[in-house]
Amino acid sequence: MSNMTEWLLSDSPTSKGQAFAGRAWRMWLSLLGNPLAITGLIIVVVLVLMAAFAPIIAPYSPVGQDLQNRLLPPSWQHWMGTDELGRDIFSRVVHGSRLTLMIVLLVAAISAPLGLLIGAISGYFGGWVDKVMMGITDIFLSMPKLIMALAFVAALGPGIENAIIAIAITAWPAYARIARAETLTFRNAEFIDAIKLQGASPARIIINHVLPLCTSSMIVRVTLDMAGIILTAAGLGFLGLGAQPPLPEWGAMISRGRAFILDQWWVATMPGFAIIVVSLGFCFLGDGLRDILDPKNEGKS
Amino acid sequence: MSQTDTVDISAQSWTNNVWFKRLLTIAQFIFVLVLTFLGLLAITFFIGRVIPIDPVLAIVGDRATQELYDATREAMGLDQPLVVQFFSYVFDVFRGDLGNSASTGRLVIEDLKRVFPATLEMATIGIFIGVLLGVPMGVLSAANEGKWVDQVFRVLGLVGYSVPAFWLGLVGLALFYGNLGWVAGPGRIGIFYEGIVTPVTGLILVDSVLQGEWEIFYDAIHHLVLPASILGFFSLAYIARMTRSFMLDQLSQEFVTTARVKGVPEYKVIWKHAFLPIRVPLITVIGLSYAGLLEGSVMIETVFSWPGIGNYLTVALLNADMNAVLGATLVIGAVFIFINKISDVLYRVLDPRSR
Repeated sequence: MSNMTEWLLSDSPTSKGQAFAGRAWRMWLSLLGNPLAITGLIIVVVLVLMAAFAPIIAPYSPVGQDLQNRLLPPSWQHWMGTDELGRDIFSRVVHGSRLTLMIVLLVAAISAPLGLLIGAISGYFGGWVDKVMMGITDIFLSMPKLIMALAFVAALGPGIENAIIAIAITAWPAYARIARAETLTFRNAEFIDAIKLQGASPARIIINHVLPLCTSSMIVRVTLDMAGIILTAAGLGFLGLGAQPPLPEWGAMISRGRAFILDQWWVATMPGFAIIVVSLGFCFLGDGLRDILDPKNEGKS
Repeated sequence: MSQTDTVDISAQSWTNNVWFKRLLTIAQFIFVLVLTFLGLLAITFFIGRVIPIDPVLAIVGDRATQELYDATREAMGLDQPLVVQFFSYVFDVFRGDLGNSASTGRLVIEDLKRVFPATLEMATIGIFIGVLLGVPMGVLSAANEGKWVDQVFRVLGLVGYSVPAFWLGLVGLALFYGNLGWVAGPGRIGIFYEGIVTPVTGLILVDSVLQGEWEIFYDAIHHLVLPASILGFFSLAYIARMTRSFMLDQLSQEFVTTARVKGVPEYKVIWKHAFLPIRVPLITVIGLSYAGLLEGSVMIETVFSWPGIGNYLTVALLNADMNAVLGATLVIGAVFIFINKISDVLYRVLDPRSR
């Protein structure tokens, strides 16, 4: 064991693999020293497990109706009570984690690479390319995100796929800004000049050498943005523009519970707790990751 | 030799002139503002005319007669190239022509004028709550960095980033209206008071005072307090976080240490030496969160049936009333952009370092 840690923490790694493992180990150690970040990590891991094993964890079907047991308060049989069609709210929340995870991952998978590429190209080439691309980015950046997402969904039509597209359209500019700023810091570095002298094309330089260096700050930013993405998606669901019934999307579930808020409070309240816990988890984790991966930004915005 | 020197110096001092710099900043500001507005118009144009497979159908609805369909198609100029369509769209918007609302049957611009003051009223009260609580919270956090006060406020701030506004609204209604009965329910004013006050400014608090209707004033406050507080909570999270980070920056400066060494009382160090310099960046932060509140009011208004622009937008969305949706998007977007850019330029003009 002590040999293992010695190998990991070695100051002079002998291979690429050792250096990488050592870096990961050091990050893991500093993550362990941050209780909030660990809490966040645990929440996110639980979310992933819940999504993966939803049919096993959920005691009832998320769509099966049982009209005799409608609007029951929380009890041992139904931990979070039942909704107006007698469906078990806990089972629906568990299955809803799949939708939440899917939305978050797809939005990140669309908007982060898009922003990364635009920002890296802009920063690497500079000049007019930079001015035009950052001008467009700034215009998108100064739009109200939620309103834009609403308007896009209105035109595309309600549905979970369109909600994902609409959120992704509004999310990329922040990533482009970060990627550009990162690119500018090492665009004139010697290692880039060295690759240029070897005859590498701009595409090769950007993809193989610029983008990998932007990823750590990008991971931090995406994690911090997850909470916002979850809230926007839930908001679209609440307005009836996101996931359509009978899908157990958390925002849509709150919307169904709105009619019963004064007498059967649990219908609307329970899915909200799920949203808060998961968003908080991503916030904590993102905060912790920022301290670890990006020490220069500590304590700022 | 000496002549060129003087020319050089005068040219330099001219470009270094404070007023010249300010003028340049303002000219740049106007240029960016115009460009951003055009961008906003391009986006709403794109959403309204390019995405829908049949924009005419999106406006007249599928129950329209063939004559109406043809007339609308012609009026929209859909046979023209896109660039021409875009410029005629921009021209229409500048004349205040946003089309007719399919659900209310009135001009969209008239509808927006009617609903906007309600949103303005709520967001303004909200930002007051956010500033009055958020700034002291941030200062207190920074002064007690790492202690329990700081931790509690930090978690509270993170909660502000993680709670869905519509959910908090519903829970607030259930608790303070349903259970405790401390505040009035959804809506802007009690049903018995409807239509007594004639709208002058559209702000019901101002109008009722102007006309001496104190009962209505109190009723309006009863309705306003919960949604505005919830809205304020969301700006509070951001304002407190930024205030804390600005203050920490100041408190680590050498002049603060000097003041402490000289024996200046701690409250004076915090509120005078450290707080005074951060007023300017705080203005930007407050401006940004005010713009954010206008956006955030969409969800809150829907929950509280508040007859503002957010509620108008969501009702239009559900009725697929595209003219109203785009009109509301345009107005919220324009106000949002304007406040954003203004607070940005204010920062640059007011910051002594930019002189």
